[in-house]
Amino acid sequence: MYAIAVKGFRLGAHDADDVFQEVFVRVYDRLGTLRNDDAIRAWIAQLTRRLCVDRLRASRREAPSELVVSDLADIDDLLAELEEAMTVRDALETLGDMCSEMLDRFFCRDESYKTIGDALDLPPGTIASRISRCLTKLRLEVEGR
Amino acid sequence: MSDQDLTERIAELLRLLPAPPDALVDAAKEIPKTRAEVDHIVSMALTDVAFRAQLIADLDGALASNGIKPRQPVLDELRARINND
Repeated sequence: MYAIAVKGFRLGAHDADDVFQEVFVRVYDRLGTLRNDDAIRAWIAQLTRRLCVDRLRASRREAPSELVVSDLADIDDLLAELEEAMTVRDALETLGDMCSEMLDRFFCRDESYKTIGDALDLPPGTIASRISRCLTKLRLEVEGR
Repeated sequence: MSDQDLTERIAELLRLLPAPPDALVDAAKEIPKTRAEVDHIVSMALTDVAFRAQLIADLDGALASNGIKPRQPVLDELRARINND
C-alpha cells in the first residue's frame, strides 16, 4: 500500500503517511467482516487507490495544475506495474529468510552493501555475490509460477 | 526475454516497492491498542453521564481522577472525538 501511494500516485511523504495510517485504521475496523483472505489484498489495494485519489483531488483544489487527466493514465500504467511487482514480492517471500532479507534490504530499502553487511555480520563482498545468487533463485521461482 | 533481462526486470520491479518507514509501521501497529483504550474510555462515558460531562469539560482531569493514564495517541483520539461530537 505504501508503494501504491509513493510510486503509483507519487504522493509526498506526509500524504503517503496519512494514507498508510488511514488504510490501517479502516482495515482494522473491518477485520471482523473480511472473511475471504484472498480478497483482502485486492480490497486493501482498492482502498489505498481510493484514498490516494481523494488526496490528489484535495491537493488539486489547493493547486489546480497539479493533476491532469494524463496523470491518471500514467497512474494506471504504474499501478499495473506494481501488481507485477507484488507477484515478484510474493515469490521473494518463498526464498527463505536470508535471501528474502538481503533482496529486501538492497532493492526495497536501498541499503548499501556495507549497511547490509554490518546488519547481517557479513563482509560487503559476500553481500554482492549473495544478492546475485538470490536474484537468480528469485528468477527461477518467478519463472516457475 | 533472456535470463539476464528477466533478472534485471525482477530487480527493477523490486525497486518499485519501497519499504514504508519503520516509524510508520510501528505507529500502525499501535492502532489496535489505541483503539481498544479509546473504546474502553468511550464505553465508560456512555454509561456514566457525570464522567462524560467531566471528560468534555476537562479531559485530562477527568481521566486522572479516574486513575486513567492514557498514552498520547489515546488522548489525541479522544480530543478528536470530543471535538467532532
